Amino acid sequence: MADLPKRAEPARAGLSPRKKQRISRGVQYAVLALALVALVLYADWGSLAQNFAKPGVAREALPDLFTIALRNTIVYTVGGFVFSFLVGLLLALMRLSQVRPYRWIAIVYIEIFRGLPALLIFLMITFLPLALPGFQVPFGTYGQGILGLGLVGAAYQAEVFRAGLQAVPKGQTEAARSLGMSATRAQVTVVIPQAIRMVIPPTTNQFVALLKDSSLVLFLGVSGEYVELAKFGNDLASQYANATPIMVAGVTYLIVTVPLGYLASRLEGRKGRSR
Amino acid sequence: MTHAIEIAGLHKAFGDNEVLKGIDLTVEPGQVVCVIGPSGSGKSTLLRCVNLLETPTKGKVFVEGVEVTDPDVDIDAVRRRIGMVFQQFNLFPHMTALQNVMIAQRRVLRRSTKEAEIVARENLEKVGVGDKCDSYPGQLSGGQQQRVAIARALAMNPDLMLFDEPTSALDPELVGDVLTVMRKLAEEGMTMLVVTHEMGFAREVADRVVFMDGGVVVEEGPASQVIGDPSQERTKTFLRRVLHPED
Repeated sequence: MADLPKRAEPARAGLSPRKKQRISRGVQYAVLALALVALVLYADWGSLAQNFAKPGVAREALPDLFTIALRNTIVYTVGGFVFSFLVGLLLALMRLSQVRPYRWIAIVYIEIFRGLPALLIFLMITFLPLALPGFQVPFGTYGQGILGLGLVGAAYQAEVFRAGLQAVPKGQTEAARSLGMSATRAQVTVVIPQAIRMVIPPTTNQFVALLKDSSLVLFLGVSGEYVELAKFGNDLASQYANATPIMVAGVTYLIVTVPLGYLASRLEGRKGRSR
Repeated sequence: MTHAIEIAGLHKAFGDNEVLKGIDLTVEPGQVVCVIGPSGSGKSTLLRCVNLLETPTKGKVFVEGVEVTDPDVDIDAVRRRIGMVFQQFNLFPHMTALQNVMIAQRRVLRRSTKEAEIVARENLEKVGVGDKCDSYPGQLSGGQQQRVAIARALAMNPDLMLFDEPTSALDPELVGDVLTVMRKLAEEGMTMLVVTHEMGFAREVADRVVFMDGGVVVEEGPASQVIGDPSQERTKTFLRRVLHPED
């Protein structure tokens, strides 16, 4: 008994664990301080400010940044979100269907659209009119952007819903069925509402992901009134040969994404407390 | 007279594990039949075969003369006449007690909201949770939840009720409330098939007691006989263990 703690002692006797911890923390602070000093000494602050935070250029961006760019970002995101929510739910139900071909279709879709870079999907959408002569995505550029975001988002949202549907206890379906509800009725009145409640936090994260992915609309070759934040920032940046508009666009994204991220984790916490 | 439940040569296997090995059992209208036996003896599976929550591997089950094991049977229609109460209550957590009792009346029996609410309140009152209409299941004790579950089943005006260990998930002090409700139902003449570990309830309320072990019915008869004076050794061993766990 007596020699047990001794064996746990480090080889370098004399340094207590607490002392070692203190030294380790000191080293970490020293590295940080060195890095800061280097940054201050070697970065050209004047040039950085000129290129990334020029007040005059930032002011140029101002009214349109919110009235056009942010508004369009929200249009693309919300549209894509509604699309991916509905198609995602459908895919999740297919993925869990008794009918095997439905399961296959859902699996193939999910694997393809999760496996491909979203950018590739957007590039392909621009070629849709060539591939299908006479075909027009409804609502023009808005439709194209929403389609691209929706196709990709649906694959992820399907997996979110699948997890939610599978998390509803089997007893719920059994109780519904033994009251005489059909399988479909039980799904619609009992299982799906509970699944949706459970997936609210991950779905909020999905929304944030879509919001960021909406910047890919840039590759649809949009212009004028259809421009969203990334494209808007990029265009102005080229115009002024200055990166400030991109910074401004970035800050605008953060204004939306950071609170949503907090909301998601708060919802997560609340879910953990109840039940 | 048609039997309320008739089970003939019932087998049920999960993979290689044969849980029911040829069960024959009838329940007459108005009768209370309690099924007792050690855990893993197939009692719950037997009960779940009656409303086809489990599909029997072999054998036939009739409910009020309708063969539920017939592949062409309208099982939803049969289930409407069978109330089922689960060990884990299985209330719908996203609905209030009142909504729990109304939803199947609305969606299955197509009753009007007004009628469904009247029936729901009556039944919640009857099981003693009339003051909990607007509570969600998560806000109720186990005993209250189970009584709401009974009200939910009763609101469908079932001809018979299945109880699958209705008090096994309850804290001991809450068991009595649920048993009182069940006793009242039995007195009103409800046909009941009850899987239970409550020997006192079985002895008092049951018209017949069925003792199951290892997937077969070992002994059945009046409660006074099966519980009071069992003839089979396995029954005696089980009862000794249940009634005098300290020995």
